[in-house]
Amino acid sequence: MHRFANPARFMRLSAAVLPYVAAAAALTTLVGLYLALLVAPPDYQQGESVRIMYIHVPAAWMALMVYGAMALASAVGLVWRHPLAELAAREMAWIGAAFTLVCLVTGSLWGQPMWGTWWVWDARLTSVLILFFLYLGYLALAYAFDEPTRGARAAGILALVGVVNLPIIKFSVDWWNTLHQPASVVRMGGPAIAPSMLQPLLVMALAFFLYFVTVLLIRLRTALIERKIRALRLAEAERGAAPSMAAPA
Amino acid sequence: MTRKRRRLYVLLAAMACLGVATALVLSAFDDSLVFFYSPSDVVEKHIGPDRRIRIGGLVEPGSLSRQGTTVDFRVTDGAHTIPVTYQGALPDLFREGQGVVAEGRLEQGVFRATTVLAKHDEKYMPPEVADALKRSGHWNPEASGAARPQ
Repeated sequence: MHRFANPARFMRLSAAVLPYVAAAAALTTLVGLYLALLVAPPDYQQGESVRIMYIHVPAAWMALMVYGAMALASAVGLVWRHPLAELAAREMAWIGAAFTLVCLVTGSLWGQPMWGTWWVWDARLTSVLILFFLYLGYLALAYAFDEPTRGARAAGILALVGVVNLPIIKFSVDWWNTLHQPASVVRMGGPAIAPSMLQPLLVMALAFFLYFVTVLLIRLRTALIERKIRALRLAEAERGAAPSMAAPA
Repeated sequence: MTRKRRRLYVLLAAMACLGVATALVLSAFDDSLVFFYSPSDVVEKHIGPDRRIRIGGLVEPGSLSRQGTTVDFRVTDGAHTIPVTYQGALPDLFREGQGVVAEGRLEQGVFRATTVLAKHDEKYMPPEVADALKRSGHWNPEASGAARPQ
C-alpha cells in the first residue's frame, strides 16, 4: 500500500487515471439522470415527487461512505503517520460535507410535499445533521493550526470519535420510531423497491461514487502541489535569511 | 515499528471504549429518542392532557370524516385506537390506511391535534404494479405499518 501512497507515484498514477474516471463519471451521470427523470415510473403513493429520491438517496449513501473512508484515512494517518493519508482525509471532508448538505436540502424539499413539513427532530434527521456538523468541525479543526500535520492529527481524532454516529444514522429508523421511512434498499429480506426504480437509483449511486473519485483525485493533486509550493517557499525564505543571520558572526 | 504498533493498539482500545460508551448511552436514552408514541404506548403510559405529545399509527380505514375544515379520524396500531380531531390543511399523502403522525394533547379520550404529518413506508413501486397486486389479492396493507410494534 505504501508503494501507491508515495506522493510522486500518486501524481503520476492519478494523472493517467483521472481523464477516464472523469469521463465515466460524466457518462454515468447523464445516463442516470435520463433513467431517473424520464424512464423511471412514478410511485403509486408519491407520484412524480419520488424522483427526488434519485438525488437524495445516493447523496445520503455517499455522505456515510465518505465519512467512513475519511475516518479510515485519519486512522492510517494517526497510526502510520502517512502524509498522503492525512491529506486524503482532509480533502474527503470537503466532499463529504457537500454530499451531506445535498442530502439534507433534498430531504427537506421532499419532506414538505410528502410529510407536510420541511424538518422534524426525529432520530434520522437529527443524526444526519450531526454528521454535517462533524464534517464542519473536522474542517475547522484541520485548518486551525499553523502546521498542517498538527491540524490533521487533532481533526483525525475527531473523525474517529464521530464514527459512532454512522451506525446510529443507519439504524436510527429501526431502533426508534421516526417520521423518516425505514431502509428501502439495504434491508433484511431484500429491497422493498420495484426493480424499475431500483436500477436508475443504482446507476445514480455509481455516478455519485465516480464523481467523488474524480473530485478527490483533483483535490489531492492540488493539495500535493500546494504542499510542494509551501515547502519551496520555506526553503527559499531560509536561504534568503541565512546570510543576514550569518553576518554578525 | 513498535511505536506504530503501540499507536495502533491505543487507537483500537480507544475505539472499543468509545463503542461501549455509546452503546450504554443509547440504551439509557432508549425511550426518550422516539419521535412519537403508538396508541398502545399512550394507553400503557397513561399520558395525561398536560403533556404535548406526538402519536403515530395508521389512519383507520373508514374512520375519516370532514365537517368544514375540521377533520376527524382514528389512529390505530392494531392493538389500540385513538380518535383524533384536527383543524387545518392535511399533507398530500394523508389518506385512510396510510401512516400518520399527529402532535397535540389528549383531552377526555380525544386527541386534539395541532399538526398532522403523513408518514410513508419503505415500499416503492409503479402504480400499475400496486394495482396488479391489489387485483391478485397479494396486497397486504398491514405490512405498510407506520407503527411497528415496540
